Amino acid sequence: MFYLPNIVLVVVLALLGIGIYCILISRNLIKIVVGLQIAVKGAFLALVLAGKLASQIDVGQSIALTVIVADTIVAVVALALAVQIRRKFGTLDVHALMSLRR
Amino acid sequence: MVDLFIGAGILFCAYKAMQENRLLVSALWLALTSALVSWMMYRVGAAEVAVVELSVGAGLVTVLFVFAINIAGDESLTRQSLVPRPLAWFAVVFSMGLLVWMIMPALQSERMRAVLEQTGVLAGLFRSVLWNDRRVDTLMQVVLFFAGALAVLGLIGEPNKSREERE
Repeated sequence: MFYLPNIVLVVVLALLGIGIYCILISRNLIKIVVGLQIAVKGAFLALVLAGKLASQIDVGQSIALTVIVADTIVAVVALALAVQIRRKFGTLDVHALMSLRR
Repeated sequence: MVDLFIGAGILFCAYKAMQENRLLVSALWLALTSALVSWMMYRVGAAEVAVVELSVGAGLVTVLFVFAINIAGDESLTRQSLVPRPLAWFAVVFSMGLLVWMIMPALQSERMRAVLEQTGVLAGLFRSVLWNDRRVDTLMQVVLFFAGALAVLGLIGEPNKSREERE
């Protein structure tokens, strides 16, 4: 019951769930990036677990590394965009940004 | 038992990162989640990625968050979300159900049971996989890093340029 893979699997599912929920209910752009980060943590934990279960943990690790790099770049660009949006429009509220007309 | 505590810690920190209204505190909970995830990856046997996650996920990304929040300001939004909460819950439960439905048959197989009972850590071939089999991917990651750094410089540096031009 309390094998490590079972625990990791539960954590993966819960992290994905928390991440998706956070993305869906957040109105702040930076908070949405936080939700994305949580969901991606679940994804690369799942990749490592899949590698372990398939007896190819090194392949799992190398793919997880690619995901970490891509996720970091996404976070960097998203945060830079959020900073620019805040400077230009004065808010990070998704709802306020949606109602803007230019 | 330790794994159970790590797992519970990850979920608690992720929940707090989601629930917290102050962005800076939320970023710190996210950093703690990253640190615990890297510990769990080490327990699984992925030591190399655990180190990368600890340095990049808990270190670099946290610094970026603090930097961005410092510039953009901690705008706490407690108003109602755009997506109705019942709909968000339904989306989460549906996607989790779909994942469990896809994963469970794979875990039932005899081969997986044998692997689950195996306790030894496999010999490290990470270096060979990364540098020989996935050389192009690794080079692409380096390119991605530079592209990200240039994107940030371009995005954050733009207002300063225009200010200089005005002067």
